[in-house]
Amino acid sequence: MLGNRCGPAAVFRQEQSVLQRWKMTIKEIANCLDARVLCGEDRLDQSVTSACCSDLMSDALAFIHENAALLTGITNPHVVRTAGILDLKCIIFVRGKVPPDEVLEMAREQGLVTMTVNKTMFTCAGLLYDNGLRGAPMGWPCREEAVS
Amino acid sequence: MTTACAARPWAGPAGKRRSVKGMVHAEYDIQKGAYNSAGEASADIKRKLQQLGISPVTLRRVAVSSYEMEMNIIIHSLGGTMGLCVDKDWITLSSKDQGPGIEDVELAMSEGYSTADDDARSMGFGAGMGLPNMKRNADDFRITSQLGEGTQITITFKVM
Repeated sequence: MLGNRCGPAAVFRQEQSVLQRWKMTIKEIANCLDARVLCGEDRLDQSVTSACCSDLMSDALAFIHENAALLTGITNPHVVRTAGILDLKCIIFVRGKVPPDEVLEMAREQGLVTMTVNKTMFTCAGLLYDNGLRGAPMGWPCREEAVS
Repeated sequence: MTTACAARPWAGPAGKRRSVKGMVHAEYDIQKGAYNSAGEASADIKRKLQQLGISPVTLRRVAVSSYEMEMNIIIHSLGGTMGLCVDKDWITLSSKDQGPGIEDVELAMSEGYSTADDDARSMGFGAGMGLPNMKRNADDFRITSQLGEGTQITITFKVM
């Protein structure tokens, strides 16, 4: 715990140090999930340190960390905009979803890797966990102090 | 439209208001239900802060808060404005909408409580995390709301 002196920035730093323990490259993720890469083929060597499953972008904004992969069944432009705000590396569209061309073009412009997987979100999460990736800590261990 | 932020009453938490002339100030008009342009103001704010060399941790906290603030105006209000002010020590985001106001602010601050309509939910919003997420990312968070008039939010971040 960080004690009474922790603020939001300190919590972020603590969580980042925890996340450094687990890493997968995006290429490893694609292989693990048997995914089809939709864009960003030249960026598969990047590493991600956590993953988050959500169809709710507000939840993603609250709980996901940078250098993370987002697993979602939502294919509208807000997914890419949310990923841009969060500096995510990779979006994994589950349940075989493929976003429209304009959404993929937005992702290309932002330098995001996107892929589609013909598996449920639960199965994808299980496979990634089994291969060493972890979810971000729920965090905010002392948020009452941080925001009061 | 831009205004000088040095004249703003929200240039820093109470008791620590800065008289330093603002380094960056900007104001954005946000329309009700403007989902097509949602995120553009926040992207511009993030770009401005990147250009100022704000640290990645602070940048991310501000970006997440501004996106939540922008989406709140689009989803819940009749339209409004969002402002950015950066001075030597503080980054301040503010919003002011034209109503309808929040009936129970304490309830609205609860994680998971949402009054978002089906349109917003179909696009992945309405998780009830908007206001709590702004509060948890900020160093100082203030909200005032008057039913029938509107809501004002001011959040500040220490520049690291």
